[in-house]
Amino acid sequence: MDAIGTVLVAMLGGALRVSTPFLFVSLGECLTERAGRINLGNEGVMVLGAMVAYATSYETGSPWLGVLAAAGAGLLLGGLHGAICGLAKVNDVAMGIAIMLAGTGIAFFFGKPYVQPSATLLPAIPFGFWSSSPQLKNALAVSPLFLLGLATAFAMAWMFRATRLGLRVRIVGESEDAARALGLPVNRTRFFATATGSALAGIGGAFLSLVYPASWNEGLSSGQGLMAVALVVFARWNPVHCITAALLFGAAGALGPSLQTVGITWGYYLFYAAPYVVTLAILIATVRPGRTLRGMPGELSIGR
Amino acid sequence: MTTAGAQAPADRWYPWRRALEGALAPMAALVLAWLAFTLFLLLLGKSPAEFLDLFWRGAFGSWFSLQNTLQRAAPLLLTALCVAIPAQLGLVVIGGEAAVALGGLAATAAVLPMLGAPSLLVQLVMALAGMAAGALWIGLTGWLRAKRGINETIASLVLTYIGLALFNHLVEGVLRDPASLNKPSTWGIEDRNMLGPIPGTDVHPGLILGVLACVAAWVLISRTSLGFAARVTGGNIRAAQLQGLPVHRLMIGACVLGGACAGLAGMVEVAAVHGRANASLIAGYGWSGILIAFLSRHNPLAIMPMALLLGGLGAAGGLLQRRMGVPDATVMVLQGFIFVAILASETLAGRIAWFQPRRTET
Repeated sequence: MDAIGTVLVAMLGGALRVSTPFLFVSLGECLTERAGRINLGNEGVMVLGAMVAYATSYETGSPWLGVLAAAGAGLLLGGLHGAICGLAKVNDVAMGIAIMLAGTGIAFFFGKPYVQPSATLLPAIPFGFWSSSPQLKNALAVSPLFLLGLATAFAMAWMFRATRLGLRVRIVGESEDAARALGLPVNRTRFFATATGSALAGIGGAFLSLVYPASWNEGLSSGQGLMAVALVVFARWNPVHCITAALLFGAAGALGPSLQTVGITWGYYLFYAAPYVVTLAILIATVRPGRTLRGMPGELSIGR
Repeated sequence: MTTAGAQAPADRWYPWRRALEGALAPMAALVLAWLAFTLFLLLLGKSPAEFLDLFWRGAFGSWFSLQNTLQRAAPLLLTALCVAIPAQLGLVVIGGEAAVALGGLAATAAVLPMLGAPSLLVQLVMALAGMAAGALWIGLTGWLRAKRGINETIASLVLTYIGLALFNHLVEGVLRDPASLNKPSTWGIEDRNMLGPIPGTDVHPGLILGVLACVAAWVLISRTSLGFAARVTGGNIRAAQLQGLPVHRLMIGACVLGGACAGLAGMVEVAAVHGRANASLIAGYGWSGILIAFLSRHNPLAIMPMALLLGGLGAAGGLLQRRMGVPDATVMVLQGFIFVAILASETLAGRIAWFQPRRTET
């Protein structure tokens, strides 16, 4: 019982920590995809965001300025992706991978001097103050970025549901012809959706370097930016469901290390892969030839 | 169609102009990427001329560096085919990374029960095992697409992470050599089973396999009825179905072939370089292969120069780092510039009238 409790507490803390970058990057990807475009470049955006946040925090001493700078870097790199994909005949999947490599390269290039020094990190909010258990206190030390992510998810869901802007993004993503008939600027909408989405992914990167694992090095991101595509499928393009998806993927990632704390080392990677198996199972269960996933934007290149 | 209803005389030079367009657009993009990178270097106070000189010397300038370049290009030839072959049917498969890893792992695992067998036999079995693993993994993507209607890009991406997790689980679990402490690895394949270099060089035979595979893929795609059927399907899937082409089987077959290529790349990395399966197999060959395939517009013959260019960039990285005092990521930045520029240049295709088919005046 004690062992199970230890694992559960470790998992809770791990899930909250691991899920935040997932949450931001999947929200960013969700916004981009709802406008009808896919951005695999968010992987590069996250790495760049992590580097920029760490460097800015180190140079200025303000981690929040670092988060802002990471969002700005994401905005620029995502804007590049958005602008180029707006040209006719450019494949957004391939361009995303090019942006991924370019962003990673730029981050490694400029990040070299920041591998050693330690920057000011983002403080956590101690929600575990009532508990005497140090493990629980540790687990409930929630980063303000996680709360910001939750707020963003609900705000984005509200935007899609109830605002003119959200409706425009949805129309552009659902049917380009309808959008053109209404006189909506298709390319400009997608450009801003891609750039804003990447800004969110940049904040996800800032979490990696300023909160957890809280350092900058070249092995920091383990592909969360690419996995975001799977998370968004899992969340059925619904921002609120992105929270569930991020928590689930985060918990699965935290299960292996939590079990290690009680001496179980078997299956580390299999637990990690479990959400992907679930995503695949959902795909197999719900998709039929001639019928795509419910909720998938009609203009998405990967939907045709 | 002329108003008189007579067929206009064929534009004899059009295929040549089209080929020229296909070569000129990426060249122009390459120049543009280089100019942007020059600016980048100048802003950092580094000399672009020195960079170019060192790049040439580090990548192609000497027999030693050329061999290094060819060695690095070899796996990219095969992983690019993993994208280019399914792309003939209009499929965008991005699962090469896992196919390489699992191919290498299967090749290593296949050796274990047959230690002591003749080397040539062992190598053959390794190659078959590697190809089978890759073919199975990417073929699964093709099957999901053909039979279940699941988008192949999403399926291959999800399967990549499942495949890499499976790889790590096995490498750090049952197949782990307990002696490998810092870097978990499988048992070695025995030195005598390693693939020797191509005679007279230090380059491993993966290069020959890669070139052969590219030429074979080109013949298959552009000179056989099977390849024609695949291209018809890629052009218009409804028309292909109406013609009675076995669309589903073509899809699965193309994915199986592409996966076999990527699996072979993994086997060569194990049998000629590392001698065992470990995290070195997950080195981004799959991701680079995607870009090379797109850069060469999924033409297997064009894959060769593109892979050579990327291999050269990788090979020159060390020299650039030592002589110019720039981080080793510099070549990644240049690669990124090149990829972005060439992919963006796709938009020019068909825009310039001179390259288009024309009718001679009647």
